Amino acid sequence: MQQEHSDTAHFEDAAVQFIPVAPDRLVLKFSGNWVAGGDLPDADEALQDLVRTKPAPRIAFVTEGLGAWDSGFLVFLARIVDLCNGSGTPVDLSGLPEGVRKLLDLASPDKQRTGVTREKSSPGFLVRVADATLDLFHGFQEMLAFIGDATLSFFKLLRGKAEFRRSDLSQALQETGAQALPIVSLISLLVGMILAFVAAIQLKLFGVQIYVADVVGIGVVRVMGAIMTGIIMAGRTGAAFAAQLGMMQVNEEIDALESLGIPPMDFLVLPRMLALMLMMPMLCIYSDLMGILGGMIVGVGMLDLGVAEYYYQTLKAVKLTYFWIGLFHSFVFGILVALAGCLRGLQCERNAAAVGFAATSAVVTGIVSIVVATAVITLLCQVLGI
Amino acid sequence: MSAPKPDSGNEREIVIEVRNLEISYGSFVLMRDLNFQIRRGDIFIIMGGSGCGKSTLMKQMIGLKRPAGGKVLYGDVSFWDVEPSRQEQLKRRFGILFQSGALWSSMTLAENVALPLEQYTDLTPAQIRELVSFKLALVGLGGFEDFYPSELSGGMKKRAGLARAMALDPDFLFFDEPSAGLDPISARLLDDLIIELSESLDTTVVVVTHDLASIFAIGTHSIFLDPEEKTMTAAGNPKQILAESGNEKVVRFLTRGEGRKPE
Repeated sequence: MQQEHSDTAHFEDAAVQFIPVAPDRLVLKFSGNWVAGGDLPDADEALQDLVRTKPAPRIAFVTEGLGAWDSGFLVFLARIVDLCNGSGTPVDLSGLPEGVRKLLDLASPDKQRTGVTREKSSPGFLVRVADATLDLFHGFQEMLAFIGDATLSFFKLLRGKAEFRRSDLSQALQETGAQALPIVSLISLLVGMILAFVAAIQLKLFGVQIYVADVVGIGVVRVMGAIMTGIIMAGRTGAAFAAQLGMMQVNEEIDALESLGIPPMDFLVLPRMLALMLMMPMLCIYSDLMGILGGMIVGVGMLDLGVAEYYYQTLKAVKLTYFWIGLFHSFVFGILVALAGCLRGLQCERNAAAVGFAATSAVVTGIVSIVVATAVITLLCQVLGI
Repeated sequence: MSAPKPDSGNEREIVIEVRNLEISYGSFVLMRDLNFQIRRGDIFIIMGGSGCGKSTLMKQMIGLKRPAGGKVLYGDVSFWDVEPSRQEQLKRRFGILFQSGALWSSMTLAENVALPLEQYTDLTPAQIRELVSFKLALVGLGGFEDFYPSELSGGMKKRAGLARAMALDPDFLFFDEPSAGLDPISARLLDDLIIELSESLDTTVVVVTHDLASIFAIGTHSIFLDPEEKTMTAAGNPKQILAESGNEKVVRFLTRGEGRKPE
């Protein structure tokens, strides 16, 4: 390693020496291995030395002692060349290996397109608030337009004018129905058990454990069964719809449909919406049964209630109206989850990240709309006194 | 801008006319003053470097994207000025091959080709099946009826896309970058197929491409879009443009940047 010169920066491997060979001529002598990630001299320090030398000398390079080099070496050189060009210092590149010269030439600033650098803009607080508000407003507009289109399509279907493939519908029915049973079973059973547990602790204090059946029965049938299925389907099916349609958007498949004059709303959204409208209430009934079963397991297993006793108490507590209210919930949720999934899928931009975003956004939209709808329906029931 | 010169003795009727078309993204104008005519039986090339708006121009011509200004006329019908039902009728006369093929991935090749037929004809399922097999055989995919798009190579997908584009025996075939992503031999085969189909079916073909080999092999007419001038800077037969055009940028484009060789 070179260590004798006073101007030398000392390094294990890579090193550069500044050798003034004449008052107006400075030679940079490189030695060692200049490999990115290795222990390279700090370009800033070296540059400081250069800047300090006045008047600006002509610069040349010597690379006899240079071992291996890669982009690390090029970056260092590029900064020196930049600095020299900036201060009008002539640079003689002829001492560099040919490969280095060619690469530096390729990356030289005059080979780049001008005017493409983005100015970093940091808009003020009010501008950002305004932008966000406008975005929100446009998003809301798009959503309303989509709901309107979907409604029109649905009426078209009722008049027998909307067309889609039967096989698409049956596949959607299978995906949203039978294939969702295992997870709906598990979640509903557990939610039923949890409700029973929580209720049992309180009711035991008064010695009326039997009312666990009322709590679980009414809670699950009236709202919890529908909500649990809704949320499961938002995560499972809503995301799947968004990803499917998003991917179709990326592959220009939706363009291909539109160019044939086939409305994606009829052809893609309707079968999915129909499938969820049909299957959600079914899943909800199933989920109700599983929830009550969960409650019964806790009641019979922990509270020493009889199976028949629990069964009749449930029958007594759960009115048919509650059952219809639950079904109505799930029907609405089915529409909401399908709309959220299809909307986000069709809004998807044409890249891979956008598909992921569409899926996430479909789940969020689905769950938020489920919760809001529940609140609205509950309020309505309150007003109607049911 | 002068209209493209027709080949000698080939004064066929004008079937597509683009007038003062403008392409813009938001407030950013990409192209303006696009004026050209396409005659029956032409293989019309829209060429230009990447990002010059040629795919967008095609989307405006086929009704997927409303232009910022100007008209696209089919015969004497201005596509963007008529009611949607008339637009749908026009669209049925288009066959479109998208850049990636855009086959519907949940359907087999046969179902892909059959869908337009099911939608717009009163053919019986048996007749449709026969037609589908014939169209697939035309593009060299006989026997692949029950394959899904994901089971095919890029070149096969494009050919299947072409079979679907031809399902309704369209008057106009549009191709977006037909040779993109294909090996030279597949690209050549697709070019040959385009020429054969255009000649034998008397279809008017519009091709968006920057593939020089294709441009010279199939193009009877062309326009060149220059993003810096923000308009078309050349029109005519590609070989003629190469030989005669005084526009240096077009010549550089057509010679891969080398410029015209002195003779």
